[in-house]
Amino acid sequence: MTATTLDTAVVAPAAYWTRARKTGLILTVLGVIATVVFGALASSRSAHFSFGTDVSGAAMSIPGRLGAIVFGLVALGAGLALYFTQARYGLWTSISLAAFVISSLCWQISRAATGDTIALGLLAQLTVLAALPLIYGSISGVLCEKTGVVNVAIEGQLLTGAFFAAFVGSVTHNPWLGLIAAALGGVLISALLAFFAIRYVVEQVVIGIVLNSFALGITGYLYEQIMQKNAAYNSPGSLPVWEIPLLSKIPILGPAVFTGTILTYGAFLVVAVVAIALTRTRWGLRTRAVGEHPTAADTLGVRVLGLRWANVLMAGVVAGFGGAYFSMVSATSFTKNLTGGAGFIALAAMIFGRWQPIGAFLAALFFGFAGALASILGSIATPIPSAFLNMLPYIATIFAVAGLVGRVRAPAADGKPWVKGH
Amino acid sequence: MSDENPPIEPGGTPETGPEPGKGGMLPVHPDALRADREAAGPDAVRQPADTPAPQPKRTLGQAFLDELWADNAFTVTLLAIVLAAIVGAVLMVLGDEPTRQQWAYFFYQPGKTLSASWDLVSSAYGNMFKGSIIDPDSFNRWIWGVDNVTWQRVMYPISETLTFAAPLIFTGLASALPFRAGLFNIGGQGQAIMGAIGGATVGFAFSAPGATAWILSTLAGALFGALYGLIVGVLKARTGAHEVIVTIMMNYIALLFLGWYILQKGIHDPNRPDAISKPVHPQAMFPKIFGPTATDAGLRANLGIVLALLAAWGVSWLLRRGTFGFELRAVGYNQDAARTAGMSVGLTLALTMGLAGALAGLGGVTMVHGDARALSADVVGQIGFNGILVALLGRVKPWGVVWAGLLFGAMTAGGLRMQADPGISTELVTVIQALIVMFVAAPMLVKAIFRLRKSPSSAAHVGLAQG
Repeated sequence: MTATTLDTAVVAPAAYWTRARKTGLILTVLGVIATVVFGALASSRSAHFSFGTDVSGAAMSIPGRLGAIVFGLVALGAGLALYFTQARYGLWTSISLAAFVISSLCWQISRAATGDTIALGLLAQLTVLAALPLIYGSISGVLCEKTGVVNVAIEGQLLTGAFFAAFVGSVTHNPWLGLIAAALGGVLISALLAFFAIRYVVEQVVIGIVLNSFALGITGYLYEQIMQKNAAYNSPGSLPVWEIPLLSKIPILGPAVFTGTILTYGAFLVVAVVAIALTRTRWGLRTRAVGEHPTAADTLGVRVLGLRWANVLMAGVVAGFGGAYFSMVSATSFTKNLTGGAGFIALAAMIFGRWQPIGAFLAALFFGFAGALASILGSIATPIPSAFLNMLPYIATIFAVAGLVGRVRAPAADGKPWVKGH
Repeated sequence: MSDENPPIEPGGTPETGPEPGKGGMLPVHPDALRADREAAGPDAVRQPADTPAPQPKRTLGQAFLDELWADNAFTVTLLAIVLAAIVGAVLMVLGDEPTRQQWAYFFYQPGKTLSASWDLVSSAYGNMFKGSIIDPDSFNRWIWGVDNVTWQRVMYPISETLTFAAPLIFTGLASALPFRAGLFNIGGQGQAIMGAIGGATVGFAFSAPGATAWILSTLAGALFGALYGLIVGVLKARTGAHEVIVTIMMNYIALLFLGWYILQKGIHDPNRPDAISKPVHPQAMFPKIFGPTATDAGLRANLGIVLALLAAWGVSWLLRRGTFGFELRAVGYNQDAARTAGMSVGLTLALTMGLAGALAGLGGVTMVHGDARALSADVVGQIGFNGILVALLGRVKPWGVVWAGLLFGAMTAGGLRMQADPGISTELVTVIQALIVMFVAAPMLVKAIFRLRKSPSSAAHVGLAQG
């Protein structure tokens, strides 16, 4: 009797509350919030969305309150559809979330104090730019962690890369040499990470934290001692912007994806290469084997520690390029703590992307989008403070690791030092 | 052990071998090993037959000589500081333009080059000492009554050291305590920010007579920090969310929240154009140790350091004697065993993080009520992140954290003086601090560099090196 009760009490909900149902419920609740709250808060003024990179030109206009309610209902409907059908998880989730965002935009823009138009082209451009360092950083994280080395030092790699790019770019008067130096800067921190984490089996989170501190200190020190006293050491110049003919004229996407420095195109390339290499090449198979079960890989003749060293150093190259973005694309010089925590968002993007290159890429774009939206909405003074929009990536990551929206799982041997013969 | 990776603990360092039964990511502490030995029974008669025979008793002097150049915790830490100081000296020379240029003439004027470098480095480290411990010059003047130098002037460096050390001890404890439960609290920064917000808000919103003012606002800060830490603990206990990631994210959430909060009506100081909150009431400020009044512009050392020492004592007591402390350590060593023994692992994890949050929150309160008086975007500085370094340097033991916090405080205080005199950026202090912890975390490296003997008694080599 008691046993039966227990069985139904314990087993049934676990079987009923599948990932799709849970997500569907959350999305439905969000949809209700969008419909009721955003609809009530929105004014009847129209929200305009222009397609170019500025607020003039062709624009689509949606009446604020109507838009908030309609898109809220779309979000609600997609959530319900997921809840009841439990199929097409990705499709319904993206429709629902997109509708939720548009609904909130309708409300926000209709209440904005200094403007009623959002330039979608600009939004896309800022999204890609803000995502660039996150893409490089999170791919650096993927390379390290797939092979079993926790990389908390992404921030340090980015910062050192940014410093090297600025310094060498200035001394040689050649931004391309600066770019190469940035990769070396990332490798420097990577080498320290590998040396302590692999050779001296220091707890990897510890050494990551310490390396961030070290990078912050040493770049800050050299900046104050050398760059601040002589500006000639801190004017690296910018990387040239390349426009791809015709493609760059596509509305919204053109200015974002087909106009940019080598770092923009490089980011897409790095993601594609790593994604393919991890799943389709011998190196990828070995890397994943070392990250999941190093002893088994060792038994099959893979040089576990050698592969870990190689991958961690490679991660440094990638993150170093990401660092160059800060001192040669978004700014034209180095300052103390220039990266301002981007490495930690990159870490979040990697986790949010479930330790997969494509996932990390999409997460970085999402975080970039949140940041870009925050800055654009901040410029037209909308009711939600930009600080809260900027919190979005961090809150989303906490939700992700807490398993509220599907469980994320690290490679099995991630963070565990491996010593041959134990 | 050789055929598969153990699920919890990947084993020890190459030279120490695995330590079966010491689970989790927790470093193994000398006192823990001692506790094991004590638990095994004080007299050799009751020990199992297969344990090694007790070593012959050494005389004190012999033990000292044995330990002097061995890899015990003290020697390793000291040598780590020496190594970091050497790297720091190299950086000083690199960063100083005249000295750097002098090195171009090294083969023409080797003596001059070396003496210029020595002058720079010795004056930098000398001023670091003068700025953090005592300035012999002002001491002499005070002794001989020259220039009306007061004792406060002589105590100034110590006061600065204590002022900088107090919040670091708090955040160091906030990092060290969860370590003992197998948790890695990177969130000291966010918890300190929340503590500062709570403490400052109560401090300027409510006026209370006398000491109640600072007691109330201090408690509010601790509560805010505790709640912020508790979120992490509850998430860890209920969902298994990795606390490293959650705390990193929560640091930034707190930082963004602070930036928004200080601009709100009722919080922002209407008399100031910059982003800063109203100042807390004078009664809510911590009393100064060396000065009679809270508003005295004299020495900055304040009640914060006393509270920090009390907190260290409390944590130490908790870990050694308290029931909760026992559960905490049990959970840290082996969660499964703790659960089997009837302890609530989830509750222990949640409470540990709550307690850590309270400690970090007190660190934030100390920043506001000890000196800053108002909230600004960087009111807590880097105390949360530096607290992690302090905890690691103190080998995650409460009194170790106190010493490490004092050392870091002294370096920060001395760094300011070093920046003033030979003109070396205080950022160098951050580098040296990071290097010290780096070397301490890799005792095998220090051992290899200095060719240390294996310590006959101490367990320094099982310091932080274990995964």
